[in-house]
Formats: sequence, C-alpha cells, structure tokens
Amino acid sequence: MALNRRDFLKSAAAASAASAVGIAVPSNLQASANEAQKDWRWDKAACRFCGTGCGIMMATKGGKIVAVKGDPAAPVNRGLNCIKGYFNAKIMYGADRLKQPLLRQNAKGEYDKQGQFKPVSWERAFDEMEKHAKKALKHAGPEGVAVFASGQYTVMEGVAAQKMMKAGFRSNAIDPNARHCMASAVVGFYQTFGVDEPAGCYDDIELTDTVISWGANMAEMHPILWSRVTDRKLSDPERVKIISIQTYTHRTSDIADTEILFSPSTDLALWNYVAREIVMRDEKEKCIDWDFVNKHMVFTAGPVNIGYGMRRAGEKSIKEGKYTDLEMEIINKEMKTIVSAKEAPALAPYGYKEGDEMKHTAGTLKHWHISYEDYKKSLEPYTLEYTAKIVKGDPDEDIEVFKKKLQQLADLYIEKDRKVVSFWTMGMNQHTRGTWVNTLSYNVHFLLNKQAKPGNGAFSLTGQPSACGTAREVGTFTHRLPADMMVKNPKHRAICEKKWMIPDGTLNGVGKQHIMKIHRDIEDGLVKFAWINVCNPYQDSASATHWIKAAREMDNFIVCSDGYPGISAMVSDLVLPTAMIYEKWGAYGNAERRTQHWRQQVLPVGDSMSDTWQWIEFSKRFTVKDLWGEKAPSGPRKKPLADVIGKAKAMGYTEDTTMFDILFNNKVAHTYKKDMTDPIQKGYDDTESLGDSRKVIGSDGKEWKGYGFFIHKYLFEEYAAFTRGHGHDLAPFDMYHKVRGLKWPVVDGKETQWRFNAKYDPYAAKATKESGNSHAFYGTLAKKLLQGNLMGPDKKLGKKALPNRAKIFARPYMDPPEMPDANYDLWLCTGRVLEHWHSGTMTMRVPELYRAVPEALCYMNPKDAKAKGLKQGGLCWIESRRGKVKARVETRGRNRPARGLVFVPWFDEKVFINKVCLDATCPMSKQTDYKKCAVKITKA
Amino acid sequence: MKNIKYLFLRRVTQVIILFLYFGANAYGWKMLAGTFGSSVLMGAIPLADPYTTLQVLATGFVLGADVLLGAAIIILFYMVVGGRAFCSWVCPINMVTDLANWLRRKLNLDKEEVNYRFIKRNARYWIMILGLIVSAVVGIAAFEVLSPITIMQRGIIFGFGAGISVILAIFLFDLFGVKNGWCGHLCPLGASYSLIGKTSLIRVEHDHEACTACMKCKVVCPENHVLHMINKESIMVTDGECTNCGRCIDVCDDDALNFSIRNFAKKS
Amino acid sequence: MANSNNNDRRKFFATTLQSVGLTALGGLLWSGYADEVKASPLVLRPPGAIKESDFLTACIKCGLCAEACQNRDTNIDKITGEAKAGTLKMAKGGDHKLIGTPFFIPTEVPCYMCEDIPCVPVCPSGALDQASVSNEAGELDINLSRMGLAVVHKESCIAFWGIQCDACYRACPLLGEAITIEMSRNERTGKHTFMLPIVHDNACTGCGLCEIACVTEKPAIFILPNEVSKGKAGDHYVKGWDKEDEKRIENAVAEETITELSKKGSAEGYLNSGDLY
Repeated sequence: MALNRRDFLKSAAAASAASAVGIAVPSNLQASANEAQKDWRWDKAACRFCGTGCGIMMATKGGKIVAVKGDPAAPVNRGLNCIKGYFNAKIMYGADRLKQPLLRQNAKGEYDKQGQFKPVSWERAFDEMEKHAKKALKHAGPEGVAVFASGQYTVMEGVAAQKMMKAGFRSNAIDPNARHCMASAVVGFYQTFGVDEPAGCYDDIELTDTVISWGANMAEMHPILWSRVTDRKLSDPERVKIISIQTYTHRTSDIADTEILFSPSTDLALWNYVAREIVMRDEKEKCIDWDFVNKHMVFTAGPVNIGYGMRRAGEKSIKEGKYTDLEMEIINKEMKTIVSAKEAPALAPYGYKEGDEMKHTAGTLKHWHISYEDYKKSLEPYTLEYTAKIVKGDPDEDIEVFKKKLQQLADLYIEKDRKVVSFWTMGMNQHTRGTWVNTLSYNVHFLLNKQAKPGNGAFSLTGQPSACGTAREVGTFTHRLPADMMVKNPKHRAICEKKWMIPDGTLNGVGKQHIMKIHRDIEDGLVKFAWINVCNPYQDSASATHWIKAAREMDNFIVCSDGYPGISAMVSDLVLPTAMIYEKWGAYGNAERRTQHWRQQVLPVGDSMSDTWQWIEFSKRFTVKDLWGEKAPSGPRKKPLADVIGKAKAMGYTEDTTMFDILFNNKVAHTYKKDMTDPIQKGYDDTESLGDSRKVIGSDGKEWKGYGFFIHKYLFEEYAAFTRGHGHDLAPFDMYHKVRGLKWPVVDGKETQWRFNAKYDPYAAKATKESGNSHAFYGTLAKKLLQGNLMGPDKKLGKKALPNRAKIFARPYMDPPEMPDANYDLWLCTGRVLEHWHSGTMTMRVPELYRAVPEALCYMNPKDAKAKGLKQGGLCWIESRRGKVKARVETRGRNRPARGLVFVPWFDEKVFINKVCLDATCPMSKQTDYKKCAVKITKA
Repeated sequence: MKNIKYLFLRRVTQVIILFLYFGANAYGWKMLAGTFGSSVLMGAIPLADPYTTLQVLATGFVLGADVLLGAAIIILFYMVVGGRAFCSWVCPINMVTDLANWLRRKLNLDKEEVNYRFIKRNARYWIMILGLIVSAVVGIAAFEVLSPITIMQRGIIFGFGAGISVILAIFLFDLFGVKNGWCGHLCPLGASYSLIGKTSLIRVEHDHEACTACMKCKVVCPENHVLHMINKESIMVTDGECTNCGRCIDVCDDDALNFSIRNFAKKS
Repeated sequence: MANSNNNDRRKFFATTLQSVGLTALGGLLWSGYADEVKASPLVLRPPGAIKESDFLTACIKCGLCAEACQNRDTNIDKITGEAKAGTLKMAKGGDHKLIGTPFFIPTEVPCYMCEDIPCVPVCPSGALDQASVSNEAGELDINLSRMGLAVVHKESCIAFWGIQCDACYRACPLLGEAITIEMSRNERTGKHTFMLPIVHDNACTGCGLCEIACVTEKPAIFILPNEVSKGKAGDHYVKGWDKEDEKRIENAVAEETITELSKKGSAEGYLNSGDLY
C-alpha cells in the first residue's frame, strides 16, 4: 500500500526542499490578531478527545465558544491538532443537544417504562432517581445500584461519583468504559511493576531509533503522536526503523520499513518468539543485560486455565435460557476447552498436549516465582518455524519472506545500542489474554535493559482523554480507590475513610462488579438502578442485544447523563441533560501521566448541569440512616457489611445527616473559598459553586445559586492529597492553571519524565540511594510471592519478597474462545476511525466530519468479497452467533485486510457491530476482546 | 363511456408508458427504460427517436449502433402501423395541450377572433429543418435543449426542477395563444412523425352515408384540416398530420367515423 | 388576369422572403440559445464520458446511465427508510447545465466507483465510451475512468497548516496512487510532520470521494473537469530523462509561429518599413 520505502525517502527529500522554499513558518502575526479579537477571550484547555492529550486554546465570544486553536505552548502538540481536535469548537452546539431532563411517562405524566420521553424538572428527575435507587437498595443492597462510569470524566467528576458510590452507597458497582479500553494494560502494569501507568513519556519518540507499533493504528488513533514518529523517521530515515505489526494493513503501515501481518491473538507467540531469540542467542551474543536483570527482575508464572471472561455455567441468565444454543457453543468454553493443534506446542511446557481437556477456573491474578530455567523452558516452543506458522496473518504471503521479517524484528530489538519503543493500544488490550500480552511486552524490554530509559521502553497508549487521569488515578474502577489503592486492602480503605471523614468500616471491601459484570448483573436482575455517566455503554458493549433487552424489558431504572441522545439514552428511562467539557471546570490526565486543567469557558446549554453537580445533588437525597445500616450479603459480596450508623453518630453526624453534608458540604470543603479576585477564578463562571445567569431551577425546585465554596478545587485537592508522597504526586490545583500540564510524580514542582529510573524519578533515586542501582521498580502491589515452577506454586517453599523488582512472566500462546470455522469463516475485528470519536455522539454532529465518514464500512479483502459474491459498495450482512448487522462492503481505501479477516468500525449506531461481537474478556483484566470473533458475511 | 373510449384508452396508454419509464428508474424495472430519446424495451430491444437521432447525426457525431437500430425500429413501427400515433398515444405533452384545448372551449376562447393564427401549420416543417441546420452549426442536438416533451418526461422520471416552466409556457400558449399551437403548428417532433406516419396502415375512415354533418369531429380535432372529407365523401383520412387520436370517432354520434386498416390494393 | 398573376407572384415572393427571413431570425436566436446552454465547462460527467464538446453532441439524453447508477439510489437510507439520491443526476432547467445530460456533484453524492461500472455499458449513443474504461483484457476497470481531477487549494487545506488530517487520502479509493502523502518536517514545532496530500493525475479518476470527505467548511480539495484542471506542456519539448514522455508528442508537427512582430509574410514589409532615423 501507499509508499514503499524508496518512495518515502524520495518524498522526504522533496518535501524538505519544499519546506525550504514554500511552507513558511508563521511569522509574528500576534499583534494584529489581538486587535481583531478584542472581544474574544482566549483560554487554555485540553482537547476533548483521545489519550494523546493535546493542549488547545479556546476562544469565547458572547458566552459561546467560537473558535479553537492548538496551543503553541503545549509540549505534546505545539499548536497542532488532528481533525477531531480541529473541531473542538463545533462539538458543543449540535441541534439536538439535550436541554431538559426527559422521563419516560404515560399519558397521565406518571413514570412508565414503556412510556414516551417527555420533559420534566430537575426536581422531578431526582425524585424519580431517589425512588428507584432506594428500591434497588432495598432489593439487593449496595450491589444493586450501579454506575457506568468513564475515562472521559473530568478528575472532579470522577471524585464526586466515586465518593458518593463507594462512601455513600457503599457500592463498588462503579466501573468506567475505560475497562474496555486499557484494563489489560493496567493489570499488566500491576503485575509487572506493582503500580499503574507507563514508565516513559512521549519524549521517547524523539529519542528512540525504533518504533514498533503492536496492533495500534497510531496514524488514525493518535495522529499527533504519529506525526512525531514520522518526524523522527524523517530526521534520520536510514537509522530510524519503523515496524508495523498488525492484523490488517492500515495507515500506520505507510511509513513502516516492515509490516508484519499476524493472525489474531498470535501476538502472544510473536512476543515470546522475540524473547526466545534473546534467551537463545544470549550464550553467544550476550544480549541479556544480566546485571540489570539480576538486580531488578524476578521470573514469574501463573495458571493458564483461567477461562475467557465469559459467563460461567450456572449463572442466573444462563439457567433461565437467555442464551441461545448457538451462543452457548462459545460460552461453554468458559468452563472447558480442548487443547487445539495450534496451541498445543505452546502449552506443552505447562503440561498440556493436543486433545487434552482443559478445565478452566474463573480468572485469577495469582502468580508465583519461577526460575530462569523454567522461564527459558516456557519459551522453547516458539521456534521460528512454529511461530511463523501460527502467526502469519496473510495466507497469500510467502512463509520464507515472513520468517525473514520475524528475524528482522528480533534483530532490531536485540541490536546493541539501538533504542526501541514498543507502542500499543486496543490491539493488545482488547484481548482474551490481554494482561498476558501486556506483560510479555515488558519481558523483552527488561531482558535487554531497554525499559524506563529515554528512548527505550514498552509504552501503553491510552484511548481516552482521562483514562489515566480519572479512571485509573482517581480510581473509578470497581476494585480501585484513589492513587493505586485497592478496595480489597483494609489499610487502603482506612486511609480513604479517614480522609473522607466517614466511619471506619463504611467502605465495601468487595469490588468485583466490572463493567461487563454490571451488564450481566442487570440481566441477572441483581442491579436495578444504573446510572450512565459520560459514556455510551449500550453501544459500546459486546453482545449488545442482551444488555439492551435487559434494560428495556426487565424491572429496572436506567438513567443516562449525556450532552447528546445516543443509543444509551434511548435505552434509558430517564435522560439528564449534561454539561459538556468546556461548560465546567475540569482536568484530564493523558497517557504520559500529564495532568491538564481548564476553567469553565461558557455556560452549559439549556438547563444542562455537570455530572459533578448531578452527583452532589443526588447525595442530598440520602441520609446516614438510608445507607449506613447493616447490609446483608449480596451479589459477589458473601459477607454482611457492618452497621456504621453508631460510629457515624460518634463522629458527630446524626441519622438524618445527608451524604451531601458529609461528603461534599463539609468543613474542609468550605475552606476552599470562591474569591473573584483570585487570578485563577477571576472572570470565569463556576456554575456549581456560584450558580449562573441562566437561573436554572435546581433539584429542590428552587433557583440554583451554587454551593458557595470552590467545589472543583476542593474535590481535586482532597483527591490529590492521596497521591502525594506515594509516587503519584500531583501538583497543587493553582499550579496547573499556570502551566501546560505536568507529568506526575511532580516532586518539588518538577515533573517526572521516566519513572523507576534513578536518574529521573526522585522516588527511584530515593530507593536506590544505598544500592546505587540504576532503577527501582518501587510499586507495592503483589510484591511477596510463593515459589514454584510452570505447573504451579509449591506452598512449602513459602513466600519471597521482591522489593524494588519488576517481573518477567512466562505466558503461553492460547487460542481465543471463538475462531473462524466452516460456518463462521472470517475473523471480525472492530475499532475506530480518525474522523469519529468512539460512538460518534459528538463527532457525528459535526457536519464536516459526518460528511467525511457518514457510515461504518465493512473493510474486506477483494478476493473474499469476490468469493462471497459481494460487490464493492454493496450491502452485506455481517453475522455471528449473536446477531447480525448490515453494512457496506469496502475493498479499497484506508484499511486493507488480508483474506480471512474483516474490519468494521463501531462508531456508527446504524451499523451496530457490537450486536455481533462477543463479550469474552481477558479473565484477569475483564477487558472485552473486541478484536476477534468469528462471523460469516453474506449478500444483503 | 362510448364518447370517451379512445380518449380513455389513450390516457391509459400514456400513463402506463410513463409509469414504466418512471419505474425503470425508481424501482429498477426492465420493461421500458430510458427516455424517448433512446430507450430499451424489455431490457433488450433498443428504441430511439428518429428526429433526435437525425439531429445528432447532423452534428456529425457517429452514433452508436444501438441508437441507429432503435431509430429504425421506431420508424418502421410508425411507418407501417401507427401513423402519427406517438403524438396522441405516447407523448406526455399531449395531455397538457389537450387540457389547454379543452379549457379553451370551456372558457370560450376558441372563437375565431381570439385565435391568433399568426403561425401557419407548416411552420413545424421549417422548424424541423431548422433544428437540423442549427444542430449542424452549433454542434449539439438543437431541439433537445428546449424540447418540452423530453423535459416533461425526464421531469416525471428524475424530477422537474425549473423545467416545469417550459411545460407551463406550452400550456399558456395553447390556452391563450394559438389553438393547438404547439402540437399543431410548432412541434418539429410532431412534424417528423407526420412525415414518417404518412403511409401507415391504421387510419380513420369516414362514412359519408352515415354523416349528419354535425361537425363535432371538426371541433375536437387538433388537426382539423385533415378532416376535409367530412360530409363530402367516404374516404380514409390519409393526411400524415392525423394523430390517430380517435377523438373524432369518440364524438361522432352517427358512427360515421371509425378506425380501419388501409387497403392499398383497393385504393389503387 | 395577368395583373392577378403578377399580384400572386409578388405575394409569393413576399411570403417566401418573409418565411426565409423569419426562419433566419429563428435560426439565429435558436443557435445563440443552444450555444449558450452548452457553455457549462464546470460540469462533471459519468465515467467514460468522451471529451465534453463531443459529449454534448453525442449524449442523446435518454437517462439510461442515471437509471443504471447503483450508487446509493437503490440503497435505502437506514434512518429515513427512503431511497437516497444517486450519484448521476439528469440536468434539469435551473441546473445551468445542458438540459437532459447526466452529471454529478461530488459534495452531494460523489461517484463511488462501482467495479462493474453499471452506467457505462448501457449508453446507447457512444457518449460514454466503454473502451475508455476497459483494460487490455477488455474487462471494465473503473480505475481507468477520468471524470475529472482533484485539485488541492493549499491555503485552505489544513494539512498545509500542519493539522493531522489526510481525510482526503483516507477516503481515496486509490489511496497511495491517486493521492499520496508528502511528508516534511515541521520546523516550527521541531517534532511534528506535515502530511500533505498530493494528487496524481495519472491515477485520479475524479470520483469526488476526497471532496466530500474534506473537513474544511468548503472543501479545500475539489474535482474540476479535466479540461479545466489540467495544463498542457507544449509538444516541442520532451523530458530527456523519461523515455515514456516521447509518447506525449506523438502527433507533434512543426508549425509556423506568429507573434506581433513576426506576422505572416511580413519580412519584406518589415525591411521596407525601415524608418531607422
């Protein structure tokens, strides 16, 4: 496709000549521009869209956002944007913005699940929510109230939602769409480093010699980063190598020196092949940095029979027959599978052979020490022969050519003095062995001592703008608390309880209701109240038909807060009009640990109010007595939750104190004053704290006049306090308003570029003071392990601690649960397009973007199309065991799969591809595998 | 019913033909696709309008064989069978001008003093020839750039746009201007079919014996000079300008007019 | 009798003269009108359309191509349930194009480049030339069509600002051939790349998919008919480094050149004009 290497070099040369004569660097036009824009107000903000985290400047005029520019001072993008960023100013004012709460009602104006949406007041909306939440609590306790949270929450929204859910409702049934996005990366980080988030930063791009994209279409999904990668390539075309490892050809392969097309799921084998090359060549070539490995690494393994994160036998909806026989063909594999010829060699070191029945337990994070020899044994199967055979993704490619590419890949990693960055996003994360493949990436980098160093490292990119900043760092996952703390850990709960001024024992220690589990719990009838925040879970979840049916046909109450009506709003019973990003104060954290803040630029449209406000108003409806009594075992929680009302009283609360007064309107909060002489606040609206000129009638039926204190700063600072001193340090609120974001840990006002590296990371420096080591992997999670071999731990040997060490995992290739067969003969891979953000609720409202890509196409190989009698541009049915959708066949253009695979983007609600996808997840991270299921395609 | 039998049949035919054309575009039917300029019958048989074809040929462009064959088929059909039937049985403008004509009578605009005969009936032949000359000079099919017939037909198939004004102009011209002004005086397509259809077999025959000289036929006839034999002699209407519309037959209360097959043998 | 004959004759002459005169007048008006309506150089024709001046002559305005156009009109809009408009439209009054001829407007519905090109084989008149969109094996090949040529206005193209766009490139059915990306380093930021769309007229079919995909308010890449968008280098010079280029001047002939100074046969005139003082 596109440019071959020679063309690339040619065009690079021509282009630099062109830039010398033609493309002028903008001169200083600032003065005259300022004159013309006198009545405009420019202020900095972060881009609404992906995890890259570009800085932008917004122009407001007459209370509306009129324009946007890339922030020339922003280090990530230096004033540039991609086309989504280019349209930040145009996402706010779509003609169908939600402006009033809408409730399903019958003719008499009563709530009716089968009724039509009609406007109601905020007061009525909260009355209904309160009623149904209380009903759900009565029915199933805290576990019956759930939240579909988001990696697009602002930090403050995440804090508000988390506090009310975990401290107020004592429910851990809050989990973000970020679960679908990078949960495997998170568990990979936890398992390997004992702490979340990348070691490196974007500066690695300018410093590296080799960029290897593992299943990531960075050119479309992280365009600004890709532009930096391209620049690096142009700066030294001979030295800098780019390898694009993909399941189908796309834009990212354009500038690649080599493209490796692999068969879905075999990236596991490919990583292990590279590791094997390192290990096998070590004797001769001394490629392993043993000094580094001996000081900083341990070898570990875990069980392999952990299922595929699907529903397990005996679950309520399965017993009730809600799954068809066809669906059960796959779901049954959750309990046992037969080892296939393809995976048998890889599983041999773990004691399996072809044809064996593998009984699966539920997914577990368990792992234990093994010896280097055991690790080496686990790599033995990945010979060039075996790897090439199972990995080759293009049936029409010559195997010998393919083998050469694999060797080249290994050579580049191993080459001494060659810096290597491995990037990935959803390709490796949305994977039934997503956690495994994440840990495998670090193996290679660790063995070569090419991790956590400038220009070197395995780097997990995130998809969402605050997947890192909110979902992960604030901890809006079911199992997490702020700053890498865990609900499971009583000490962590105690820290939070103290800070949040709630009785000890309030927090629920069982956090197992991840986002797919919430869907399944609704289908099982456990969850009866669910609130959707800043996400579109009914469009973005696989096996979608089940969840929509459960929401619409069962006795439950679904609330959706959104700026625009999407599938999720349509499925809901109550829709709340919600302020969009620049209509509120906020902060996002990007993929390189950079936290960026912005101020409220404009008033929300209509009667919209922010998620923060909605959560805090909701908290006014619940008292100590309502929520903090004893809670009988429910759902995943097998023990009762203690009554803490007595302790609450001892703290000075009464039975009737509202959660609002405890969690939000407390004495600490009131110390954050609104002060319109403060240069940060001066001249900017703050709808939550002060009310605004719209005079919205609030949740009590009275005009909204604000909380009277600086709620955003309070929420941020209270949360940030958790991070400080624990390697997660965030800077003070005010500092973020003076700079273009900072990469945490921010220690003594200085950001950190490379974590764990003693040269750059003050925490690592501290930890290595005595040893003089180069690195300290100071994460604290799972740092004391049993010892054993590939088959399992030997409890007799006891536990061994591993301070400041990271882990190298032995993990095999395994088949995903559903693979193409005679009937469903194609792989289906889903993903995104540059033009649209996620489910398109915002970008499909920008005329230019809608015009550019009005519908999702089914990208397939022309030979497959021909064989199936399909015409380019004609309609086809994409059908799996779960459902079918109609889409247009595209055999040309940006995405070009080899025979055997089709790619369909999921942004288009008319091509509802998640009805087709399988809700198998990584059993460890619970992240759905949207990248592989089996389909058949027929003419429509 | 008796006195609108042929009128009814003609309208049905016109509407069905237009509907088939419409359906070819809208529903992908294969019965009759294209427009009068060039069509495909039953997905196989080409048809083409002879005058349009002639204009294109006049420009010097060598047309595809399909069009030439199509034109030959059409010529053959009207020459041997139909006469000038295109004008009254197929052409959609006929419905417009018939309406104008009918209104003219109803509104009493049909009187001699308001019938501006500033154009002669043979003008159409001049226009027809002129069209070919202009085609040759300008290099495009000249009549096709303003032909209300295909404008109306395309309008029905693909949507009208501003083309509707041309149809309206014809209507107003026939209503307030010259009686039968378009079809009977100007239309070069009609002229071409008059020439082609001169020798066709289907003809109206007059029975002088039965005629009571009520002259109703002359009133309704759009080309009433072809009825010169009324109340004079029992012969066929052999003038090529007769459109075989059958209106005269419809209105005749005396059974003095009927369709008949021309018998060349008898005549000679 | 003679008088009346004379009168008749005179009347006959007068009428004839009148008729001829009126005919001439009509002819002039008609010619003027016809000439005017065909002057619409910015129109895009279906695939395989012959040169515009010939196309205007050859097109018999039957609409068979528009009826055959599969692009979306047989496809039901998934939201409204109604048929979508097809690519090919038939010019109507008010379209300011030769009435009854087929055309398309990329920003409304571009040509989706069907591989079986349904619109071309149905053309009865030869206005759409099947041979021009057939490969050497005689199979239809839409990539050979040349409906127009995409032109980039680089001042409004945001890729030239440094924005990561290439929406046109990704929309191009001949991605990497008809549009390629020229990369150059962004010296201002020091770490990003300009990715500029470059159109290649040896591959661009003029389908317009780039134009409709362009995200600027008014597309910065747009299709112009070949006659309008292309220049022409003279056939008196051949690229010395390109063997293929000789084909371009196959029909080259030596021509007498005329300038203001070198009018025809003016050598003597010039020499004799010799007012040198």
